[in-house]
Amino acid sequence: MIKDIASFITGSARIAFKGNATFYAWIAFLGLVFLWGLAAWWNQFQQGLITTNMRDQVSWAFYIGNFTFLVGVAAAAVMLVIPAYIYNWKPIKEIAIFGELLAVSAIVMSMLFVFVDVGRPDRVWQLMPFIGTPNLPSSLLGWDVMVLNGYLALNLLIVLHLLYTGFHGRPYKRNFVVPLLLLSIPAAVGIHTVTAFVYAGTAARPFWNSAILAPRFLASAFCSGPAILLILFQILQRTTSIKIKDEAIWKIAELMAYAMFLNLFLFGAEIFREYYSNTHHLIHTQYLYSGVHGHDALVPYAWASLICSVVAFLLFLIPATRTNLVTLNIGCVLIFAGVYIEKGMALVIPGMTPDTLGEFYEYVPTLSEVRVGAGIFAVGFLIFTLLCKMAIPILQDAASGEST
Amino acid sequence: MSEKTLDRRTLMISAGLSTMAGISAAASGKSVGWVERLLNRRFVELSDERREEILAELEEACRKKYDRDDITVTDTRALDGVEFAYGLDLSRCVGCRRCVYACVHENNQSRDPQIHWIRVLEMKKDNGIDFAESDIYYDPEEVPEPENFYLPVACQQCRNPACVKVCPVKATWQEPDGIVVIDPDWCLGCRCCMSACPYGARHFNWTEPTIAANEINPDTHIFGNRPRPKGVVEKCTFCIQRTRKGRYPACVEICPVGARKFGNLLDEEGEMRYLMREKRVFVLKEELNTKPRFYYFFAT
Amino acid sequence: MHQQEVVDIEQNEEGYMEKKTGPDPAPPKSDKLLPGSSSLAVLLVVFMTVSFLVLFSIIRGGVGHVTESEGGIRAFGPTEVTGIDFEIELLPGTREAISGPEEGDYLVPPPPWSESGFFPCSDCHSEMEVNPEHRVLEEMHDDIELVHGPADRWCLDCHNPDDRDVLRLVNGRLISFDESYLLCGQCHGTIFRDWRQGIHGRRQGYWNGGKSYLLCAHCHNPHAPAFHTIAPLPPPVRPQFLAQAAQEEVQEASHE
Repeated sequence: MIKDIASFITGSARIAFKGNATFYAWIAFLGLVFLWGLAAWWNQFQQGLITTNMRDQVSWAFYIGNFTFLVGVAAAAVMLVIPAYIYNWKPIKEIAIFGELLAVSAIVMSMLFVFVDVGRPDRVWQLMPFIGTPNLPSSLLGWDVMVLNGYLALNLLIVLHLLYTGFHGRPYKRNFVVPLLLLSIPAAVGIHTVTAFVYAGTAARPFWNSAILAPRFLASAFCSGPAILLILFQILQRTTSIKIKDEAIWKIAELMAYAMFLNLFLFGAEIFREYYSNTHHLIHTQYLYSGVHGHDALVPYAWASLICSVVAFLLFLIPATRTNLVTLNIGCVLIFAGVYIEKGMALVIPGMTPDTLGEFYEYVPTLSEVRVGAGIFAVGFLIFTLLCKMAIPILQDAASGEST
Repeated sequence: MSEKTLDRRTLMISAGLSTMAGISAAASGKSVGWVERLLNRRFVELSDERREEILAELEEACRKKYDRDDITVTDTRALDGVEFAYGLDLSRCVGCRRCVYACVHENNQSRDPQIHWIRVLEMKKDNGIDFAESDIYYDPEEVPEPENFYLPVACQQCRNPACVKVCPVKATWQEPDGIVVIDPDWCLGCRCCMSACPYGARHFNWTEPTIAANEINPDTHIFGNRPRPKGVVEKCTFCIQRTRKGRYPACVEICPVGARKFGNLLDEEGEMRYLMREKRVFVLKEELNTKPRFYYFFAT
Repeated sequence: MHQQEVVDIEQNEEGYMEKKTGPDPAPPKSDKLLPGSSSLAVLLVVFMTVSFLVLFSIIRGGVGHVTESEGGIRAFGPTEVTGIDFEIELLPGTREAISGPEEGDYLVPPPPWSESGFFPCSDCHSEMEVNPEHRVLEEMHDDIELVHGPADRWCLDCHNPDDRDVLRLVNGRLISFDESYLLCGQCHGTIFRDWRQGIHGRRQGYWNGGKSYLLCAHCHNPHAPAFHTIAPLPPPVRPQFLAQAAQEEVQEASHE
């Protein structure tokens, strides 16, 4: 048993770090970006969060925006599991593992974004049960920590089991994996709902304090997260011998189209409520889409996000453009960018601008924050790359029945 | 809750955490008693002897840091039969901001970067109370300006505090006398509470706070005005170091026009009950059901 | 271009992966290589554009559109504000008052002008004749401008003509300057009742014990009682200057 595990670790490390020139260039690039971000973070750790542009008036910003977006990406991995295992749809079944890999990478990234955002990272252990004092059931962030860690553990368990059994050429234990995969569906819905509740429960911020926020989060997660996987599958189709049917790609795109519609519909419902009821709370939406009193830093991004989401929806809706790889990829990039803005800065900043006493502080991220963010994304991409690198040969070996 | 017994599990966990904390504490600025904190619970869950020890350590650290022998740190408990309430007379406030700077002086707030616990909002009489049209940066030659009125805002010490609800580590809670306190040695700095507070009453130490040694107020309370570390949240505590010894808060005493009133809500004969009977009080953002203890009124 | 053997795999009953036998599936309709590359090129272009926009806004943003006259550029501390006693010392009696539910400890500073040399008024007025005619004073006390109440109000409405060391109420009762509030309270009854309970006017001391209070005349000049405007203390630092206000740069900018 120990020997098996040891050989798995060394063997997969060997597979993970062996590649061609492009691969090494990519890893080197990610490593450099990571170091660049790490240096910025170390400076922030020593000086305090004053290296960011967050202030009392806008106390959550770039980091928490990215955290929110990435939890959505992690939740969206389940998009693949549903047709694969609930509907037993073969073309997706073999590649559902990539969704799990994406979930693991995204969860690690989102937890890192929280870690760099807290004022006292040396005290994060206080969030753990038994050795810390988590404020459950009352604090939503306390719940978020629980479910995110649980989701990470769940996905790691599935991934490690599949890779381990695949590495040793054994079939995976269906009785072990399938229940966990099925569990990951409500878990994915759970993590993003809890994250949404962190915002939606805040009565002091009327832009967030809406019942519709949790459905919006899920819809925007499901329509954007799989975009990464669509691009990855096209890369895998061209560079490996893993058979990924085009059908699988079209089906994922179709499901994304439904999610996009829901996303836009819920957005429209929110817009109607704000503009028609025309209460004081409208000022936050106005700040986002038209600017208030000359404060309009976010307006171009808000409209860009909206246009991206609508165009992507149309590209994904029309079967002709959905099945054309060029337009499909354009749509993927557009929806990813659109939702990145919508769940990131266009969610957090208008919620806090104007602040509770009506003050406008226009936040833009500092270079330090962008560096730390880039560093965390580099970590995530690195983990994803290495995990995929480990998974591909195992899937290829399983596919051909012999080592290539 | 009884003290933790040092079993093997705790020792292993604490060894690992001590290493991690040791590295980070060295870089981040030591918070006193951090090793003890890893093994123990929050300050309020400790035994009396342990509390005394930690207070002594805190005093020692503060004295060393500011090179002053007179700094004391106490943990005066809430008085029995007392629930504090605050009254603010909007027909009197002239917007002079003396309360703001008295609070800074009394509560050892960082000068650099600047932290103010009280924010005075200038509003137009024509608009009435409208936060969206208010301004805290007014700077005319003289106040009050005839077309404006002034509304100071600080922590409302709500009875239904949103900040306490959302704190993930129970670093902030409401004391029996109504004051919502923060334990600066437990606060994570996640700023959930700042997000949840509808009054913008909570402020963050974005970097190491700095106060000149000769400007320190040496009589401190562990949850009140003792100098806070970097990366934690702070706010008005109704001058807990004064009010638990019976004195008025600093802002009440400094106000030149007597716009600020403070007292025990349970005292039928007291100022607070009188003003609630005779004047019409209101609270800010009452639709959020925070039930503040901070009452605004117009005496004339 | 690396040719891959297209292998169709599926899971058999035992759970092993094996090759599927049968005709090869039809090749995909769209051309493989070109669209893929061009879409990746699109991806790259969009990514560069977005990054450029983000970085550009970082450079553009920051200080914001704040002019020096709008306040909040510099950070001030209490010690930079001279003339105001933030230590707020209590009167000796109040300071020594034991904190506890004690009543009766109310201390007041001496009335204004009582130690200025003008008091006792009888030093001059005991020898002088009383002139009850309403007039503007010209020989002495001409610096007092009476702006209080109806147009025909004048000095002897409040000051006792026969003994200037005391005040006279409407009903003829004489009171000392220490109790001048009784005089004010005759017209300003609501405020007097508020002041008596501590709701009007400034108090210092213990909420549950001894307090020091002020006479009406300490804050309101009885001859011209309207409260004067005062200079406000400096505004707080705007958040965009919070980090900079720690340094000297912004102070210099505000002095331009």
